Amino acid sequence: MKIEVNRPAPVEIAAEKSPSALSIMWRELVRDRLALVSLIILSVILLIVYGASIFLDQEEIVKVDFLAIYSPPSAEHWLGTDYGGRDVFGQLIIGARNSFTIGLAITLITGAIGLVVGLVAGYFGGWIDNVIMRIIDFILVLPFLMLVIVFVAIVPKYNVATFILIMSAFLWTGKARLIRAKTLAERELDYVSASKTLGTPDWKIILFQILPNLSSIIIVNLTLNLAGNIGIESGLTYLGFGLPESTPSLGTLVSYATNPDVLQNKWWVWLPASLLILVMMLCINFIGQALKRAADARQRLG
Amino acid sequence: MLKFILRRILIMIPQLFLLSVLIFLLAKAMPGDALTGQLAANPKMDPQTLEEMREKLGLNDPVHIQYIRWVKNMLQGDLGLSYTHQQPVTDLLAGRVGNTVLLSAAILVLTYLIAIPLGIVSGRWTDTWADKLIVGYSYIGYATPLFIFALIMLFVFGFHLGWFPTGGSVDIQVEEGTLAYYLSKLNHLMLPALSGALINTVGIIQYLRSEIIDTKVKDFVKTARAKGVPERQIYWRHILRNSFLPIAAFLGYEITGLIGGSVFLESIYSYPGLGQLFLQSIMQRDYSVVTALVMISGVATLVGTLLSDIILSAVDPRIRIE
Repeated sequence: MKIEVNRPAPVEIAAEKSPSALSIMWRELVRDRLALVSLIILSVILLIVYGASIFLDQEEIVKVDFLAIYSPPSAEHWLGTDYGGRDVFGQLIIGARNSFTIGLAITLITGAIGLVVGLVAGYFGGWIDNVIMRIIDFILVLPFLMLVIVFVAIVPKYNVATFILIMSAFLWTGKARLIRAKTLAERELDYVSASKTLGTPDWKIILFQILPNLSSIIIVNLTLNLAGNIGIESGLTYLGFGLPESTPSLGTLVSYATNPDVLQNKWWVWLPASLLILVMMLCINFIGQALKRAADARQRLG
Repeated sequence: MLKFILRRILIMIPQLFLLSVLIFLLAKAMPGDALTGQLAANPKMDPQTLEEMREKLGLNDPVHIQYIRWVKNMLQGDLGLSYTHQQPVTDLLAGRVGNTVLLSAAILVLTYLIAIPLGIVSGRWTDTWADKLIVGYSYIGYATPLFIFALIMLFVFGFHLGWFPTGGSVDIQVEEGTLAYYLSKLNHLMLPALSGALINTVGIIQYLRSEIIDTKVKDFVKTARAKGVPERQIYWRHILRNSFLPIAAFLGYEITGLIGGSVFLESIYSYPGLGQLFLQSIMQRDYSVVTALVMISGVATLVGTLLSDIILSAVDPRIRIE
């Protein structure tokens, strides 16, 4: 007789790998209806803007046509024309592309600087930390807006690249401070001490152990910053100290509203750009808020 | 406490020094110098006299000597000469500073008047429709750039509905000192102040809401409730008392935002204050005015942060330890 050995089914010993920060964030984003709608709207806007701008020629759009000054919306000019007879819809597309691209560039540059500085200051501490924090404290109390305007006004050979540099020079500080604080907390945890005891070099601990644990905070912070940077850029361009006129931004279109006649009677010139800035910033913020909730286990939807 | 204040002031001194050096170097990098204004007024001045005057004014001295002289003059209230307006910068600013202070004060008062009740309602009755509305408003307010909001306010309430004047700080016809004058001033102030305040409230609403939500589940509140303290008193005496003082202390931090905001608001509502003067001066390359304004804003920001830090540490002793 054969004894039936009741073997237990092989238990999956390897416990299910805990989901990565990215997959948690994605799950949370999709579950939050407002954030999901925002993500869809933003994707559609970006698709249209980047897709259409391939076919639109920036030179062609900024060309002046005096026969069609301030014509209201029509089949030929969907959103009418401005004081130089230039098509507003075309400018809107190019402007949105420039605003978003430059906002993104500033976010990425400041993010990179903030990350490096914050990690170094937080991990090593001591006098390095002290010096870096004093510098950050100093930059944070400067009258940011006025100084940027002064820099923009006096820099010779001013162009888009210098604008991004000037903005980045001021905006990395907040991120560096945040990442430093988080690194400082992370440094005290057991896994870091264990690694150190084992003789893991500092750069490996920073890059492969601490950095992954900060990734969700960094993503949240960068998302919320992207919205802010688009706002600051278009605001400065509105005042006339942002992008040069050859590269129109959404702020350029809004700035035509400094003319009371345009503001009052020619809504098609400035209102669509204003609303587009508003919608983009709202969408990015809603996505950012959802990511923020995802990064904090207590606030997750499930 | 005294030690903390002293240390905090000591930190500020190098910051002040660095700020002045930065602005001095920027001023040097700006095209033109103290004589450009006089040259514009009197273009026939010959190069020989010009050079002599340069020498006399010390513009050929080494940079550090010029810097010390610049600081000395500033401390004595001499901010140079504006060449577009042909008058001392100090006088020019004196005529404008009142408007900006008035606007900023109005924004602050309105901000607190709107934010505190909304924050309390939202924190006390969480997850009701009122709370959801307020949270929605704070999300939108957080995302909206000030200049777009101000433009839309001007478009709707200034031009379309015509409820408020669309520019200036006072009607030209009214006589100074009369009641009509003050009413007109107030009328011109309302729209810019409201635009600034409605965007500015967001931070305080969110802070107050989360403070109340955190505090209302704490043990001391449960104890008070168990003792039979009426709900009204629980909120006023126990919960809000802890949350209000930090809000008052934020006042100093607000200065940075108010300065930036005034640049936008004053340019949109053509309100004759320092922010508008700053933009005009930089466009007319009137750099002595620009330098003075940046320096004043920088000092105001520094002092504001100092005050807030001190008040906060008085309220919350935990801050002093660090």
